[in-house]
Amino acid sequence: MSALLQRRRTAPPPSASTLPAATPKPKRSPNRRRRETLAAYGFLLPWFVGLVCITIGPILASLYFSFTDYSLIGDPHWVGLENYQRMLTDDRLHTSLGVTFVYVFVSVPLQLALALALAMVLDRGVRGLPIYRSVYYLPSLLGGSVAIAILWRQIFGANGLINQVLAVFGIQGEGWVSHPDYALGTLIVLNVWTFGAPMVIFLAGLRQVPAMYYEAAAVDGAGPVRRFFTITVPLLTPIIFFNLVLQMINAFQTFTQAFIVSGGTGGPSDSTLFYTLYLYQKGFGAFDMGYASAMAWLLLMIIGGFTAVNFLASKYWVFYGD
Amino acid sequence: MVTKTSAPASERRGTRAEHVRRLLIHTGLIVFGLIMLYPLLWMLSSSFKPTEEIFRDPSLLPGSSVMPGNYTEGWTALQHPFHHYLLNSAVVVAGAIVGNLIGCSMAAYAFARLEFFGKKLFFAVMLMTIMLPIHVVIVPQYILFANLGWINTFYPLIVPKLLATDGFFVFLMVQFIRGLPKDLDEAARIDGCGHVRIFLRVILPLSMPALATTAIFTFIWTWNDFFSQLIFLTDPNMYTVPVALRTFVDSTSQTSWGPLFAMSIVALGPVFGFFLAGQRYLVKGIATTGIK
Repeated sequence: MSALLQRRRTAPPPSASTLPAATPKPKRSPNRRRRETLAAYGFLLPWFVGLVCITIGPILASLYFSFTDYSLIGDPHWVGLENYQRMLTDDRLHTSLGVTFVYVFVSVPLQLALALALAMVLDRGVRGLPIYRSVYYLPSLLGGSVAIAILWRQIFGANGLINQVLAVFGIQGEGWVSHPDYALGTLIVLNVWTFGAPMVIFLAGLRQVPAMYYEAAAVDGAGPVRRFFTITVPLLTPIIFFNLVLQMINAFQTFTQAFIVSGGTGGPSDSTLFYTLYLYQKGFGAFDMGYASAMAWLLLMIIGGFTAVNFLASKYWVFYGD
Repeated sequence: MVTKTSAPASERRGTRAEHVRRLLIHTGLIVFGLIMLYPLLWMLSSSFKPTEEIFRDPSLLPGSSVMPGNYTEGWTALQHPFHHYLLNSAVVVAGAIVGNLIGCSMAAYAFARLEFFGKKLFFAVMLMTIMLPIHVVIVPQYILFANLGWINTFYPLIVPKLLATDGFFVFLMVQFIRGLPKDLDEAARIDGCGHVRIFLRVILPLSMPALATTAIFTFIWTWNDFFSQLIFLTDPNMYTVPVALRTFVDSTSQTSWGPLFAMSIVALGPVFGFFLAGQRYLVKGIATTGIK
């Protein structure tokens, strides 16, 4: 790899490495500073190209497309705010927003609560911590994959694992993934199942809480519940906040699970029509690129909005110690 | 919280109660862990069962007959044998890893160690790109790559990595490099090294943990990624494992869960292997950066 790096790097900046080093000076000379700036831009060159071509360029293009009618064939045709107006009356879009909001606001809190609860138990000096941590963390790594979505489709199917287990207790189950009332629930369960990632972060955070706080509180007669709410939670709020923002951003973008479980339709009766799935249908199914771009911008505004609200609200509940 | 605060005291007294309590906690943790893992273990066992048995029997032990046949059947069920898709995925993943290691470490070195005009602004921009949903850029990216003739090639999945578009890893490496002692750079500089040599000979070798974390997470993310592979790869010849699995679901009815599970297990295998091999880095990586 280093050979590769060398080859890439020798070309762009007339780099300092090939020249004999200037006599080292205690203070930064203007010369050295200029050379450093040049070197920095050299190192950042790939990132700059990526930023312009892969990120910012496409952002601006997507903003432009959102004001056009564009089907990939022919040129984009300027339609002003029409796409955004269409969104106001698009019932499926409203459904997809509802599905996504329910998913985010139910699964993320459940996931974080479970993560915190288990992190608390594991932090009590349980033997075999690394094993438990790994076992609980494993689903987080696999959860986003197509294979697990396929598994979920079977588990919650009419003849699936859940109903086999229920049958043992004499209960006749539903076809959960094919029932409009329950299909979204199965995906929420899937997201909660991947609580291991935030749990690991909570565990790392709990390590930072000084044991002497607990000792002092115990001496003062505070019970476990009291200690949890007066010491653990306040000191952990930055981590809770971090996990909350991160998991919410992730959850808003959920796609694979809904796509596989519903066979790409978002069914039954649009009950798993996640926002990103609808965007995919519009953009890459119907090639309605203008509308898909407008939808992407709405998503960006929603995620940006919730992240901003999180940050603003954090002033009131997130406690950054000394 | 009892053990943490007063462990020495509780060890001396009431060892009996302490034992019972610990036993209860471990029982709870083990039962819960088994519930968590049960679907995975069940899928593994189902991949060896005849399909009728999958529907009848929720137990983990294959009953009458163990069927490695599911694997051979699944392997050849699609247009290409399954190793074709594994190979495609391997190429994409390898390209993405090499790309991320090169692109992100270069950008990280500049942000962590060099002073230059616009540094704060660019760094803020880099952080903001982390939060950007891929959906905002995917349509224009698709059009761009289509114009370059890159649809149904692996370039759209690899080239952006080389251009350090995964801000997460740039950030991770910046944080890591900032933690390295600056004296080392100064010493190297006095010995006559320029920035390129400092980067290659001093910073990169010391950054192995951060590079390993990047490589492992790039592997897992890219291997599991579905959305962009679904969009950029539409020719069955170019399908990667997730896209191939998806067509498997569509092309087969519910009657062939056995082979489908077998191939799902094959698809999960490499991630599981990396998980076993790289646990330490994985946990450290997630604890410090929050990536999954």
